[in-house]
Amino acid sequence: MYRTSLRQITSKRQFSILNNKLNKWNEIPLAPPDKILGISEAFVKDTNTKKINLGVGAYRDNNGRPIIFPAVKEAEKILYGLETEKEYTPIIGSKKYQNIVKNFIFNNSNKDPNGKKLIDEGRIVTSQTISGTGSLRVIADFLNRFYSSKKILVPKPTWANHVAVFNDAGLQPEFYNYYDKSANDLEFESLKSSLLSQPKESIVLLHACCHNPTGLDLTPEQQDEVLQIIQDKSFYPLVDMAYQGFASGDPYKDIGFIRKLNSLVVDGKINSYALCQSFAKNMGLYGERTGSISIITESADHSKAIESQLKKLIRPIYSSPPIHGSKIVEVIFDEQYQLLPKWLGDLDAVVGRLNTVRSKLYENLDKSSYNWDHLLKQRGMFVYTGLTSEQVIKLRNDYSVYATEDGRFSISGINDGNVEYLANAINEVIKK
Amino acid sequence: MSYFPTIKELPPDPLFGLKARYNADPRTEKVDLGIGAYRDNSGKPWILPAVKQAEAKLIGSADYNHEYLSISGFEPFLKQAAKVILGDNSKALSENRVVSQQSLSGTGALHVAGVFLKEFYNGQKTIYLSKPTWANHKQIFENLGLEVANYPYWNNDTKSLDLKGFLDTIKSAPTGSIFLLHACAHNPTGLDPTQDEWKQLLHELDIKKHVVIFDSAYQGFASGNLEKDAFSIRYAIDQSIIKTPIVICQSFAKNCGMYGERVGAIHIIPGVEPNESLNKAIKSQLNKIIRSEISNPPAYGSKIVSTILNDPTLRKQWEDDLVTMSSRIIKMRYKLRDLLSGELQTPGNWDHITNQTGMFSFTGLTPDMVGRLEKVHAIYLVSSGRASVAGLNDNNVEKVAKAIDEVVRFYSKPKL
Repeated sequence: MYRTSLRQITSKRQFSILNNKLNKWNEIPLAPPDKILGISEAFVKDTNTKKINLGVGAYRDNNGRPIIFPAVKEAEKILYGLETEKEYTPIIGSKKYQNIVKNFIFNNSNKDPNGKKLIDEGRIVTSQTISGTGSLRVIADFLNRFYSSKKILVPKPTWANHVAVFNDAGLQPEFYNYYDKSANDLEFESLKSSLLSQPKESIVLLHACCHNPTGLDLTPEQQDEVLQIIQDKSFYPLVDMAYQGFASGDPYKDIGFIRKLNSLVVDGKINSYALCQSFAKNMGLYGERTGSISIITESADHSKAIESQLKKLIRPIYSSPPIHGSKIVEVIFDEQYQLLPKWLGDLDAVVGRLNTVRSKLYENLDKSSYNWDHLLKQRGMFVYTGLTSEQVIKLRNDYSVYATEDGRFSISGINDGNVEYLANAINEVIKK
Repeated sequence: MSYFPTIKELPPDPLFGLKARYNADPRTEKVDLGIGAYRDNSGKPWILPAVKQAEAKLIGSADYNHEYLSISGFEPFLKQAAKVILGDNSKALSENRVVSQQSLSGTGALHVAGVFLKEFYNGQKTIYLSKPTWANHKQIFENLGLEVANYPYWNNDTKSLDLKGFLDTIKSAPTGSIFLLHACAHNPTGLDPTQDEWKQLLHELDIKKHVVIFDSAYQGFASGNLEKDAFSIRYAIDQSIIKTPIVICQSFAKNCGMYGERVGAIHIIPGVEPNESLNKAIKSQLNKIIRSEISNPPAYGSKIVSTILNDPTLRKQWEDDLVTMSSRIIKMRYKLRDLLSGELQTPGNWDHITNQTGMFSFTGLTPDMVGRLEKVHAIYLVSSGRASVAGLNDNNVEKVAKAIDEVVRFYSKPKL
């Protein structure tokens, strides 16, 4: 028997320990396990040779194996030869890394004159962070300390950890409408009205591209409309960019929303915004925890104050960031090694495979009883199938196909060898 | 409209300011005794041979990747890290009484300890820190809204441990307070209790049922011997001296020379009796804290340490490297002390330099003397008189000794 029933997974969560009380200690209940982790554990235990893991948010090649980007591998070799010390960086990371991020993202490597202006005027503060989560946490703590509103508006649905991070930092997350699951489409009118109903000066979280989990992004025109609401309501824009490059295969193209924001800042229509960014996905540096937080400020003086407060905030939490991933980034962006074009090629190949797999899955799905067109509109590492949790559970129990119950499939788990099996399983589950 | 109207620029970190002044100083003979990182005898940073070899082995291995670790961290690392600090034959480990979580080095471990205690400890939530202590200790706990108090530690007149003051505070603190102890190589004084003194301290801590946090940042770096530098921890745990929960904050920054890789762990020993369900609950709560702060810890450093600890040849190399670092520092302590007490006949007793251990020496120099060292002699240390002994080498120790002699005599003159 290779089935792992759902009951076994969830029973752990409901099991509360009553005797976990030491003298003078509050009861220590069992915290619920991370959902995605639970799925991975059940997957590992499953003995069905046809099992498929669509839970993890990390890239797999056509043989279902993790990869190291070839450019990263080369950079790592160069680094090994070069490295003469492993000393602490400053609290907010090395200047070199900060400048790389600023130039790459905001100047879009010499493609965004507005971003360049902001850099030249000293209006961008960048700190290295513990990948995307760490940057979300730092900005949440920062806004909690210094911003007028605690309310943060997040799309419904959004990455589960967004809500956990913001809550834990003392902010008050609330959803704005984003996606209509019954129509498998963006619900833009309702998105706008739910934003407009919120109090002025709220913080609003926006996904820069490859919205997680739906994979469905705003069009440039819709972005303009949302940016107008942000101005009208004096919202504070917080942008999360975890998948730069995964929409188009080109990180320079996936950055339209940032460029629009830069233009509004230069025109004086928005004074400040913040960007959380990571190299976890687009360089495959997941576990090295390499990311950044940038705050666009009102002036160079303002930048100095904000930078000093970021240092004060980070120092008692972890002192300084981990260097391995950031040094790899520094090597890749160092012109003498010519690795940047190589990395861009690697990324394009990864995204190309995801798009091929997406099309293949679409081809093999039975469109007579279900409309699968949304699959072709979605971008990034995931497809948001629209399957119900019952259907997802049935896939798991009857076909050993593991995915989160919201119907999000991490498509890099699909390859030439299993796409037909998967499509058939989905077709069967939908039928009933 | 200004988004952050209340924000003010803060003064730079004093150590950072010191480094900036040092870097800007054009004098070629300048000496940096401010740094908190090891330097070899030519004054250069050092990657341990064990680390360099482990890196080659790791990067070349077939299953090397950059995938996410689990929220708890890299299990082979955690298992070995617990053994390093508690000993291969630890009863607490064999009885399954230890809960381990990878952390962002020592600071990360202390922060997680603070978050955990704040949420779940119901006793006297005041954390007692040694006076003086590492500057960040206070910030780490105050940042979380925890109360911080002091216990006497350094007697500046005798330049030795204020054992009586320390014991008195343990006795007078409300039952069930939290005490943070430096496991070895006390920062900044470099002065540790003797083994007998540790026994007295730990017995008093037990009587008052205080919760103990051990900060272990220098294991093996102080004496060159991992076991010796873990005496206080192993005595407290192996003999079940401390029966209240024990928290160990372990860093591999110094003893592996991997400062910037941020490798560390927090180990919680909830009690003297095994309690599997409690362990699971604690682990799940630590996971919850980590998940909402960083998702999962950085992989590379922990894989390096794990590679070293799981390979007997590399492990032996690492232990040799520890001796290389610690013996060089100890040699510099003796050289400096002998120059001051012998050849130069500098006023005062300088034996504390060799009685101290680890990276630092609390010299006893006054802020005036430290100021003059910088101004006249281009020798940089923090105003508390804490000198990083790692900054000394055969080429500069005589210059430093002569300079100390000069500033001591300069400020002693009126009294003579």
